[in-house]
Amino acid sequence: MADEFTARLDAYLDGELPSSEMKAIDAHVRGCPPCATDVLIRVQMKRATQSAGKRYNPSSEFRQRIQQKLLKQPRPWVGRAWMAVSAVLATLLVATLLSWYIGGQRLGQDQAFSEVADLHVAALASPNTVDVASSDRHTVKPWFQGKIPFTFNLPELQNTEFTLVGGRMAYLGQAPGAELIFQVRKHYVSVFIFQEHAAPALRSGSGVRKHVSFNYETWTEGGLRYIAIGDTTGEDISKLAELLKAAAKS
Amino acid sequence: MEVAKDRLTAAAFEELAMPLFDQLYNFAHWLTKERSEAEDLVQETYAKALRGLTSFQPGTNFRAWMYRILRNTFLTSRTGLKMGASVPLDADDAPEIPSSAGTPESIFIDKSQEHLLQTAIDELPLHFREVLLLCDVEEMSYQEIADTLSIPIGTVMSRLSRARRALRELLQKKLGR
Repeated sequence: MADEFTARLDAYLDGELPSSEMKAIDAHVRGCPPCATDVLIRVQMKRATQSAGKRYNPSSEFRQRIQQKLLKQPRPWVGRAWMAVSAVLATLLVATLLSWYIGGQRLGQDQAFSEVADLHVAALASPNTVDVASSDRHTVKPWFQGKIPFTFNLPELQNTEFTLVGGRMAYLGQAPGAELIFQVRKHYVSVFIFQEHAAPALRSGSGVRKHVSFNYETWTEGGLRYIAIGDTTGEDISKLAELLKAAAKS
Repeated sequence: MEVAKDRLTAAAFEELAMPLFDQLYNFAHWLTKERSEAEDLVQETYAKALRGLTSFQPGTNFRAWMYRILRNTFLTSRTGLKMGASVPLDADDAPEIPSSAGTPESIFIDKSQEHLLQTAIDELPLHFREVLLLCDVEEMSYQEIADTLSIPIGTVMSRLSRARRALRELLQKKLGR
């Protein structure tokens, strides 16, 4: 019971009793000198403990360290927002880079085909369309010996619509190559052959494609880049390409 | 220190938690009795609190939450375990041991005896020391103490009373009365 009473006395001093009980104890203490003394001692002890208990102070360095760590710590909501923003930015960056890359590739490829088309047009516009004029592949091919750093095979054109007109030197990206001119009906088709690394911008595609109204097909074979280009039909270009591919493999 | 029922942001955490820094450090030092360990404990407390922001229930007492993290961190620390920080099962139910150290009248102390009082507090068993400090130094309400220590209010009241009695007895011994 004494325990319970002292506990209530402490609660009274701590202001933790309901107001009715507070008043009751207050009234009792006023009329009871021993209890009044006890309360006085308890109040004094409580104050002394309060003062003595505030004993330790953190150093300013430690406080700064914690603050820096708190500020440095990725904040959950900021982190999540930042992650979302980062993801969007990363996607945009990848899309932009991809777009640049693809655009760059496309631009480079367009420029290369423009250059090839120019070579084709320039050859046809020249008073000397070919440097070696012959329909005989065994004449044209050897003409390139010593002029270009590679060799190639020409197809047998008998029983085809195609006729070999001749050949001439061509340069693409400062690299020497061969330009072979074929005729199909009234159309001329140029077939350029370069070392593959001389025209890195050119990419092989599936079948015949179009560039400034010219039909063209490009492919690689044996480290060489072939480009067949002309104003004839895509079907003609494709047939010639097949003949050349077959010859290269033979 | 009740936090509004909206989401507690890290920025709000900093605003609420940093003003508690000195108090938390003081309490940590009383628990660990050593500066570097107190610093480690406070640092760990802040890190845990920040990491566990989502576990804080808005509308509840933030100060009690921080003290609870600190205390739980201490109890599971090497020092805490070494000190046998767990509360004896019968600590709050044991019959009162009659005091033989004189009457309360004999222990009036003044400011010059503060160090003596600090030593006495230091010598209290952990479960008495913490409840005494939370009430008299941190000026927590019984409800806050109950929240911090995860015990019922009735236990807070009885444990606090026993802690004060134990402190008085220790002081009487030190004063040779």
